[in-house]
Amino acid sequence: MPLNIFVLAKQVIDPEMPRSAFQVDRENRRVVTPPTLPPVVNGFDENAVEAALRIKDSEPAEITVISMGQSFALDVMKKPLSMGADSLVLLQDDAFDNTVDSFAVARALTAAIQKIGPFDLIIAGRQASDWDNAQVPLAVAELLGLPSVTIGKKVEVGDGRVTVERQMPDGTEIVESPMPALVTVSNELGQPRYPTLRGIMAATRKQPVVWSLEDLGLDGEQLEPQVETVDLYVPVTEADCEFIEGEDDADAGRLLALKLREAKLV
Amino acid sequence: MADSAGVLVLAETEGGALSPTAAELVTAGLEVAAGLGLPLSVAMAGSDVEATVQEAASLGAQRVYAVEDGILSTDKPELLLEAWAQICRQTNPAVVLIARTTAGRDLAPRLAARLGVGLAQDCLEVKVDEDSGRMIAHRPVYGGNAMAAVVCNGTPQMACIRPKAYEPCEPDDSRTAEVVSLSITLDESMARVKLVERVAEESEGVRLESAKIVVAGGRGLGSPEPFKDLEVIAGLLGAGIGASRAAVDAGWVPPSWQIGLTGKTITPDLYITVAISGASQHMAGCSGSKVIVAVNKDAEANIFKEARYGVVGDWEKVMPSFTETLRELLS
Ligand SMILES: Cc1cc2nc3c(=O)[nH]c(=O)nc-3n(C[C@H](O)[C@H](O)[C@H](O)COP(=O)(O)OP(=O)(O)OC[C@H]3O[C@@H](n4cnc5c(N)ncnc54)[C@H](O)[C@@H]3O)c2cc1C
Repeated sequence: MPLNIFVLAKQVIDPEMPRSAFQVDRENRRVVTPPTLPPVVNGFDENAVEAALRIKDSEPAEITVISMGQSFALDVMKKPLSMGADSLVLLQDDAFDNTVDSFAVARALTAAIQKIGPFDLIIAGRQASDWDNAQVPLAVAELLGLPSVTIGKKVEVGDGRVTVERQMPDGTEIVESPMPALVTVSNELGQPRYPTLRGIMAATRKQPVVWSLEDLGLDGEQLEPQVETVDLYVPVTEADCEFIEGEDDADAGRLLALKLREAKLV
Repeated sequence: MADSAGVLVLAETEGGALSPTAAELVTAGLEVAAGLGLPLSVAMAGSDVEATVQEAASLGAQRVYAVEDGILSTDKPELLLEAWAQICRQTNPAVVLIARTTAGRDLAPRLAARLGVGLAQDCLEVKVDEDSGRMIAHRPVYGGNAMAAVVCNGTPQMACIRPKAYEPCEPDDSRTAEVVSLSITLDESMARVKLVERVAEESEGVRLESAKIVVAGGRGLGSPEPFKDLEVIAGLLGAGIGASRAAVDAGWVPPSWQIGLTGKTITPDLYITVAISGASQHMAGCSGSKVIVAVNKDAEANIFKEARYGVVGDWEKVMPSFTETLRELLS
């Protein structure tokens, strides 16, 4: 029996976009981006796909990527397939607004996970780069009654257990959990692999499974948000930078040191 | 609500004492409690919490819940999670506050889900809205590019508060609190995740989180070597040393050096950045610095929007004379 690994992945606006492209529609409490700016797979979720693929590199495994959203850029969301994942399940419904809170998202993902069937391991990114909640995977684990381990930089399986090396603020920690379990991973895991040409070809032939709210046996009421956004705004930063200029760069460096001394900062 | 904990601070403990974040949570909690006209309670669960009871009282808690159980340990977060859940169920708080520490940020989402309520994550400020009588939480989103004000609809309203967002409140030993003991049931089988090994990274320098001065470098340094020059500056100033994620991802410096949203939060008096562009996710970890200094060759770099002093120039030319002048000034 191959290992059954589910990866949770979210489509997000590109977090590295130029600041000028980032705008907030305060009235509707949402972020608007230029239509020319393509969305991306959340970076940490690509790390999650990579973690799953590394397991698959050494033993038989079936990787299913699950994503939830209102609408998808299919070429973007197929990236995990072109990296080597086996199948893609998209939970797509008008009701799945991006502002829907984590708990509701976790409910829908949990319903999908239960519908797909048994699994050994769920891997997700440590947080999504839009709302930075770091909440959905843990809520999914809670709803499914699974043990959870966060911020993994190395994920290994064997003997029905998963061993995770976690990135801690001042070092690392190795923990072990029985499977099934849920693990979140961070960028310290290392660069996700690039899709190969063969992978891209294979991904074009694969069609995602698309499920609506109804397919999941959920109604809108069950997705009532627990957390409501009442305001969304761009914080103001006071810009009063004093530029230190000298005859040349070296002189500016000297003057900067003198300035910091004068200001009693050093 | 005589039996309610009112505003409940779930405090972490370390070696028989309260974690430093507890005093910050109490500052936030007292404000919310005043706004709601409710008492402030602090709860601790651990294997050795006796001494923390008076500590919590001295911070200004009106009620203190202490749960002592030998099987509770920081290596078994699942037990602490269940202890917190049982404390919440028994004390019916209107608001629950947790610190977004390494442990707290994992515990809070599961606790919220276990109680079937929402959670405001990573909050910088929590306030009571006078009209609705509900707590509103302000938190950065989109890597700090935007701020959101969110309200949790259920009860308790739960917020996870970023460390250092609030000043710790001053303890006063003459304060007393009503001490309530709770009995909860835990068993070893609830701890499924087991700690195998903890490897502390060796670091000789000043701790980033508590440093008064921090020097950090970014991708623009181009290789690991220039960080040696920054270490010289850090040595002269008694400063901590850090980096942007780009420098960490490149493998130039260890992950423990990373400052930012997914790295460390620093609040020094002086933060000197070299060849860091100032992406919002980086600023998320350093915007509490009193004075930011930026050296960057790009005058349009975002870092200059938040810096107090800036040099637009090439670090390779700016930094040697900066270092030499510092050396002279400090000798
Ligand atoms: C979810 C998420 C979380 C993140 N968390 C963090 C985090 O915790 N911390 C963090 O730092 N980042 C984080 N990032 C990454 C962040 O978005 C930026 O990519 C990163 O901070 C950029 O690092 P940098 O400023 O070193 O590099 P760059 O943005 O590439 O900037 C390099 C700078 O160096 C300057 N430069 C180049 N050469 C020279 C020279 N010779 N002299 C002077 N200046 C020069 C350039 O002008 C440029 O401004 C996160 C991103 C995401 C999506």
